[in-house]
Amino acid sequence: MAYSEKVIEHYENPRNVGSLDKNAEDVGTGLVGAPACGDVMKLQIKVEGGIITDAKFKTFGCGSAIASSSLVTEWVKGMSVDKAMELKNSQIAEELNLPPVKIHCSVLAEDAIKAAIADYKKKQLTKGS
Amino acid sequence: MAAVKVPIFMDNHSTTPVDPRVLDAMLPYFREDFGNAASRNHVFGWKAEKAVELAREQVGALIGASAKEIVWTSGATEAINLALKGAAEFYHEKGNHIITGQTEHKATLDTCKRLEKQGCEVTYLPVDQVGSISAQQVADAIKPNTILVALMAANNEIGTVHPIPEIGAAIKAKKKDVLFFVDAVQAAGKVPFDVTESKVDLAALSAHKIYGPKGVGALYVRRKPRVRVVEQIDGGGHERGMRSGTLNVPGIVGFGKAAELSRLERDEEAARLIGLRTRLLTYLQQNLKEVHVNGSMTSRLPGNLNVSFAYVEGEGLMMALKDVAVSSGSACTSASLEPSYVLRALGVGEEMAHSSIRFGIGRFNSEEEIDYVGRHVVEAVSRLREMSPLWEMVQEGIDLKSIQWAAEH
Repeated sequence: MAYSEKVIEHYENPRNVGSLDKNAEDVGTGLVGAPACGDVMKLQIKVEGGIITDAKFKTFGCGSAIASSSLVTEWVKGMSVDKAMELKNSQIAEELNLPPVKIHCSVLAEDAIKAAIADYKKKQLTKGS
Repeated sequence: MAAVKVPIFMDNHSTTPVDPRVLDAMLPYFREDFGNAASRNHVFGWKAEKAVELAREQVGALIGASAKEIVWTSGATEAINLALKGAAEFYHEKGNHIITGQTEHKATLDTCKRLEKQGCEVTYLPVDQVGSISAQQVADAIKPNTILVALMAANNEIGTVHPIPEIGAAIKAKKKDVLFFVDAVQAAGKVPFDVTESKVDLAALSAHKIYGPKGVGALYVRRKPRVRVVEQIDGGGHERGMRSGTLNVPGIVGFGKAAELSRLERDEEAARLIGLRTRLLTYLQQNLKEVHVNGSMTSRLPGNLNVSFAYVEGEGLMMALKDVAVSSGSACTSASLEPSYVLRALGVGEEMAHSSIRFGIGRFNSEEEIDYVGRHVVEAVSRLREMSPLWEMVQEGIDLKSIQWAAEH
């Protein structure tokens, strides 16, 4: 199976690889997937005033999984948290021209950003109480 | 350092390039000597027939068989189908039980599945942690209604070589009339395999795994005592009625030449391939942590190296090795999301199966290529581990098994 140019581009030059301090109050971390399934994504966001100012990822998976998570970190940077919640896997799949067998990679990337936002929101609630 | 020409082909279990000496032997049979081997009344037919009969001797000699015991087919898949379906059909009055193994090739497993639907009973023997089946296991599985044992001599993914001579002896000691079919596709010409010594009744072979052309294979069918299979393709009654269809003369000539070269050069080539494999593995182990070998290090095909690079996914790794053709047991290489059934049968964890790479080193791989591949694998694994959340967690001292992973594929 040949990869799309965009997948190869993200795979070879992944954006925002790395980690943020998972214990910081303004950082949300999403860890989705499972090693047994061959895909694990860790996606982190840093939020200031409702805006995502930084995003980092680490991914264990195939080229499409790495490209999907790289793309999401690129997209959500500068986005409001509310807007990022609306991201759909279909947008990722379309942008990367993912074939049907790789759609689950885009689903995982959507799950990852949602999980990171949920973690961030939980921290804000705990902080407020 | 000598310049290395890319891309490098190091996937010699999937197929092999045609040896130039094989191609030279084939070419006349595309050009001037294009006759049909079944044409009995002119020189074109005689020449073709003579070439086919020489090839029959060459292929027979590779496995210790006589020329008359070789039946040409379109490849090993057809040979396996003919052996299993043909024997099950011929011997159905004697019984309906077949014994095979869990790590067999799909050609055997899927044929067995069909035979099950048609009323056969099939036992799928489990393998040990290096992928081997013992003679005792096979003997213990034989029942009064057993007609056939079907096992591979060497595995295509992990290279494990089964103790075929011991298994053959155990089968015949337990129940003399149980037939022994061996899928010798990966083993023939690579490691010792002799149908007489191993008491083999039927054996499948393929030309393109031994530097011959694609589209030609053979089924060995024992003559003394005579073994019978019901033909699966009807037609002109070629191949003593066992396989109709005009013979692929150039392909068969190439198969014969490839078999002869493999027989004459086998031991020397095996020693060289083991040297290259050791060189690659040593380099990988010296430069990377957590490199796990899948399969056996003692009973293994010379050119096979199957390793899992923990915390790195196999397909992602292959994408980084764009100048190197290897293969992976990762799920992502197939349409299904399940990782290799062979590695799973060995008890390799799913996550390690996803991280596996199969290097298939062959006749035309050089030391320079091994070094190039080694360097690029180390670079790619290091880069992908820096990007792997699992590697990060392990470095932080987190036990991955303690995590509640959410997804179900």
